Amino acid sequence: MDILNINHLRKSFGDLEVIKDISITVKEGEVLSIIGPSGSGKSTVLRCATMLETMDGGDLVYLGEYAAKDENGVSVYADKANLQKAKSNFGLVFQNFNLFPHYSVLKNVMDAPVRVQKRSVEEAEKTARELLEQMGLADKADAYPHQLSGGQQQRVSIARALAMQPKILFFDEPTSALDPELTGEILKVIKELASQDMTMVIVTHEMSFARDVSDKIIFMDNGVIVEEGTPEEVFASENQRMKEFLRRFNG
Amino acid sequence: MSFGTMFLQMGAGMGKSLLIFALTLLFSMPLGMIVAFGRMSKNKIIQTAVKFYISVMRGTPLMLQLLVIFYGPYYLFGMNIGSRFAAVIVGFSLNYAAYFAEIYRSGIQSIPVGQYEAANVLGYSKTQTFMLIILPQVIKRILPAVTNEIITLVKDTSLAFAIAYQEMFTIGKQIAASQTSFLPFVIAGVFYYVMNLMVAFAMDKAEEKLSYYR
Ligand SMILES: Nc1ncnc2c1ncn2[C@@H]1O[C@H](COP(=O)(O)OP(=O)(O)O)[C@@H](O)[C@H]1O
Ligand SMILES: [Mg+2]
Repeated sequence: MDILNINHLRKSFGDLEVIKDISITVKEGEVLSIIGPSGSGKSTVLRCATMLETMDGGDLVYLGEYAAKDENGVSVYADKANLQKAKSNFGLVFQNFNLFPHYSVLKNVMDAPVRVQKRSVEEAEKTARELLEQMGLADKADAYPHQLSGGQQQRVSIARALAMQPKILFFDEPTSALDPELTGEILKVIKELASQDMTMVIVTHEMSFARDVSDKIIFMDNGVIVEEGTPEEVFASENQRMKEFLRRFNG
Repeated sequence: MSFGTMFLQMGAGMGKSLLIFALTLLFSMPLGMIVAFGRMSKNKIIQTAVKFYISVMRGTPLMLQLLVIFYGPYYLFGMNIGSRFAAVIVGFSLNYAAYFAEIYRSGIQSIPVGQYEAANVLGYSKTQTFMLIILPQVIKRILPAVTNEIITLVKDTSLAFAIAYQEMFTIGKQIAASQTSFLPFVIAGVFYYVMNLMVAFAMDKAEEKLSYYR
């Protein structure tokens, strides 16, 4: 089953056309990585998919239901109730975590399930503690974000996203704000999620990680998809831009 | 006149000074939030009108504003605002709302956009986002500036003398003149100073209470 379809996405900021006709399909249990030079539009794609930006043109479809539908080249969004429903399908992990500093770790993870999804406090707390356990943070439940390392904060933010029981999880460069020695713990967590068949879309600059974890890779440049396929296919690509991009990473 | 009599007469005024202080805070702090939202409104007309209001309130003396509010209606429409007290409270509240609005606005705008985005993706409504996520962080950030404003307000209550409202300082000045005594000014000074010690203490406690996060 398709969890996410983006069809013919277009997005401009003023006169700058940032995304030019991009289509993406993510199936249940699939891990898709998006790679590409900085400024190529990767974040914009995620921000359109998570409705932090409005699309200019194209469809946005979660589990077969339209959150936005292209009508004569213009994205028309569903009504508020349907958008709220679409929103419940996904979670987003930010580059710089965006934890709520005035909430304890536990509250960061259990507050939205209680306030937004109206789950009982007992159940939400139980789920939150299990997730923190899974993230290796059981002993940090009562700490506040500023008392944690970047890697720990990012694990809390992953737990916070998972607590909403999303069908698909987006990551926008989840390790880019971390010291190099802390990236490994986040990549490990994401790999674990992949092994549990979590559906994920990951924007990353960690090439060997992307190769390991992904079912599919998209290489973006200048607002278009230049190359897509299995990791083997993409990394063996003869495309000039792709090769040049990889060469820079391999030093 | 003995010290005791002097103190008792001024004491009656102290209650009024405190009342000006308390009512001004009670009205101006919420009103300031509305003004701040108007100032940040996407509607250009509202935004410009509120901007003008704030610049007038901050750009002219409070004393002058009190005079305008109390005597203005008489000169303009020939009608009297009977109550000096009401004029004082309205004047102080309108004036302080402008100052608080600017403090709130800078506080709200200092919250990183990522906080809104995280809340949005988690499905919090706009109201929930503001009340649960943004406002608590704003309060922590603006506390020092609010403290300054409150301390200024304690001292500003003496400006009610401009329209002869019988608060402590107005009475003190009358006694000083009639008794040719300096003592009322000493009493007034001690009163303001002690009031502000208490304000500073309370605000310190509040800041301490919010120091559990950064
Ligand atoms: N809110 C915005 N306003 C104007 N330009 C933007 C905005 N967000 C992104 N851009 C521009 O869009 C382009 C793509 O940005 P982005 O999607 O962040 O790229 P990437 O994540 O691949 O580095 C860049 O040129 C960036 O400057
Ligand atoms: Mg980016």
